Amino acid sequence: MDLHNLNPSSLKSRFTTRFLRALTEINARKPIASSSSPREIFQRYRRIKDAADTSMAYSVRSRRTWSKATLWRLRTPSHRRRLASFGRRSSLNKTRTTTTASHRGAVVVQITSRGGGLGVQLEELRELVPGGEAMDLCNLLDETAHYIKCLTTQVQVMRTIANLYSLE
Amino acid sequence: MSGRRSRSKQSSVSRITDEQIADLVSKLQQLIPELRRRRFDQVSSSKVLQETCNYIRSLHREVDDLSDRLSMLLASTDSDSDQAAIIRSLLM
Repeated sequence: MDLHNLNPSSLKSRFTTRFLRALTEINARKPIASSSSPREIFQRYRRIKDAADTSMAYSVRSRRTWSKATLWRLRTPSHRRRLASFGRRSSLNKTRTTTTASHRGAVVVQITSRGGGLGVQLEELRELVPGGEAMDLCNLLDETAHYIKCLTTQVQVMRTIANLYSLE
Repeated sequence: MSGRRSRSKQSSVSRITDEQIADLVSKLQQLIPELRRRRFDQVSSSKVLQETCNYIRSLHREVDDLSDRLSMLLASTDSDSDQAAIIRSLLM
């Protein structure tokens, strides 16, 4: 990865700044002992992973369904999420327009179905892309492409940071 | 895309043409390393979707592994604030 020609307004540098800031905060919050317990290490792993996903979701220029879904998942306590998704799933079997409220406002979703052999893969894809269960086919494919681009950027930057840290 | 979304409140499946789907699927195909080399072969949509799922899963695994690695590395670094500055200057 070319390190020296980064466009300061690119997704990569926006993500890098946010993520590094989050890492510094995580490190500052708990004084690091060289003898951290496995539980502490696990908690730190969770915080780092959530920070990475959150940083990327915030760094996208035009807000996407997947990025909003990611932020919602990470910022809404699980009991409120369970209530919301119960309401969403019970209306998924209908084919008319349904409105699902997210904490940022109303999101109009439309369910279309496509016959043929794509059914199983589409279901799998819906589970993998944040917010995927409520997207129509076109949006799902479009969001997937964007999601993959962002995920690869996220992985690149995390790998570079990890490599730089392990040079110590 | 957002225009279509607000306009097509009662739209049926026929509004989304096969061509649009094929376009989106081929766009996906370009993003997946496995399938990028087979650009001129006919890769079925089903295969593209399958490989997309596999690819996303492997990316999720990499994020997990890297988070894990970073948590170990953070445990063994002392003054990470100036390291962060170093990295920032390298990457900007």
